[in-house]
Amino acid sequence: MSAVPLLKVNDISKFYGNRIGCRNVSFELYPGEVLAIVGESGSGKTTLLSCLSTRLMPTSGIVEYHMRDGQYRDLARMAEAERRFLMRTDWGFVHQNPAEGLRMTVSAGANVGERLMAIGDRHYGKIRVAAKDWLARVEIDDGRIDDQPRAFSGGMRQRLQIARNLVTSPRLVFMDEPTGGLDVSVQARLLDLLRGLVHDLGLSAIIVTHDLAVARLLSHRMMVMKDGAVIEQGLTDRVLDDPREPYTQLLVSSILQV
Amino acid sequence: MHLRDGIRLPVVADVSFSVKAGECVVLGGPSGVGKSSILKMLYGNYGVDEGQILMEHDGRLVNLAAAEPRLVLEVRRATLGYVSQFLRVVPRVSALDIVAEPLQARGVGSEEARERAAELLARLNLPKELWALPPATFSGGEQQRVNIARGFITGHKILLLDEPTASLDARNRTVVVDMIAEKKAAGTALVGIFHDEEVREAVADRIIDVSHFSPRKHAA
Repeated sequence: MSAVPLLKVNDISKFYGNRIGCRNVSFELYPGEVLAIVGESGSGKTTLLSCLSTRLMPTSGIVEYHMRDGQYRDLARMAEAERRFLMRTDWGFVHQNPAEGLRMTVSAGANVGERLMAIGDRHYGKIRVAAKDWLARVEIDDGRIDDQPRAFSGGMRQRLQIARNLVTSPRLVFMDEPTGGLDVSVQARLLDLLRGLVHDLGLSAIIVTHDLAVARLLSHRMMVMKDGAVIEQGLTDRVLDDPREPYTQLLVSSILQV
Repeated sequence: MHLRDGIRLPVVADVSFSVKAGECVVLGGPSGVGKSSILKMLYGNYGVDEGQILMEHDGRLVNLAAAEPRLVLEVRRATLGYVSQFLRVVPRVSALDIVAEPLQARGVGSEEARERAAELLARLNLPKELWALPPATFSGGEQQRVNIARGFITGHKILLLDEPTASLDARNRTVVVDMIAEKKAAGTALVGIFHDEEVREAVADRIIDVSHFSPRKHAA
């Protein structure tokens, strides 16, 4: 069990004018841990994810990241260029809408290869081999490597976005509703794929989802948000099997049984 | 226990017992008295409002009732196994891989883990045609045998059993009784719930009557 956290979040809040985005959130994420943030629309989970991933600056509070050199860095105090480098290499971000995370008018192979080039890989042959390998891992036929993602189905685009993010061996991946908007059978395939990749690569991940079944399948730990605050957190099994807060109980008892 | 609208339902109170290595303790008492709840507290699925659950893990004593999620998961990986009544099916994962997974999580190579999984499934008489299929469409008894194989494949020092024989036929019940006896001989501490009297008689070293822990009785 690793002794030091990868991410340390200390009392962060985000206000949009007078309106609360999220407030007083603190937690630590350890290497290999998958944390699900659940709650209904407007609960602040996406705001929180944005603050953690530096897409938004929190109004107050500190987010620290354990860099590969062993030092903790305050993300808000990092230079823009350094932060961009971190996001392109050591982090991944999987958007709900793959079009936001992909370049729709370049080939699938280039979408994957681009992240490698960003970290200094220049050898075309090697990049193409790595791209092929990753397309295979996300179950995209290598005959599609030169096709543009706009010719792909929704499920394929999402798998391509995942390949693009994981090719640089990031240590931390943020995911915003990664299975939202997909058919159930496509969702199941994606979930199984994600579960395997997270496990095999020992990734840490923070997944925002409103789908408790997704949280159950993928996450070790869960945080439940309501009105911008974390109202309950703990081991995923425990939160779902023995929810303590009335709001969590409502969420759990609202799941449709098949 | 917390169900909905913030209603708190007292389930069990002042539960105290201990289990030695190589011993099988059976939780007894009528339905609804809190047997499964105790087992789920021992595994960390249910929260504990008061008290301690102490287990020997990795050469030290840990209190599972107050442990951080990642410690609970580490204890489950290395020390504490659980055979639930129902299999939680993961889409697209084959029966063989579901059984092999806990061994792989303990560092056993995938080839060897799958061989061991195959041996156990064969011993539990699960038809070989089913091994490569995801168990979503299996019958209750077939799913339960996958679940048992998954729970028994590792050398976990503590094993919790929630009615592992409930939907098995007589032949497979006997197999499970033998498997439990082997675990005891190997020094595993077991805590189980068995409604089948014959199985209970065969495996139990001690029976704890859970109705003694009923908070309603305390109130009366």
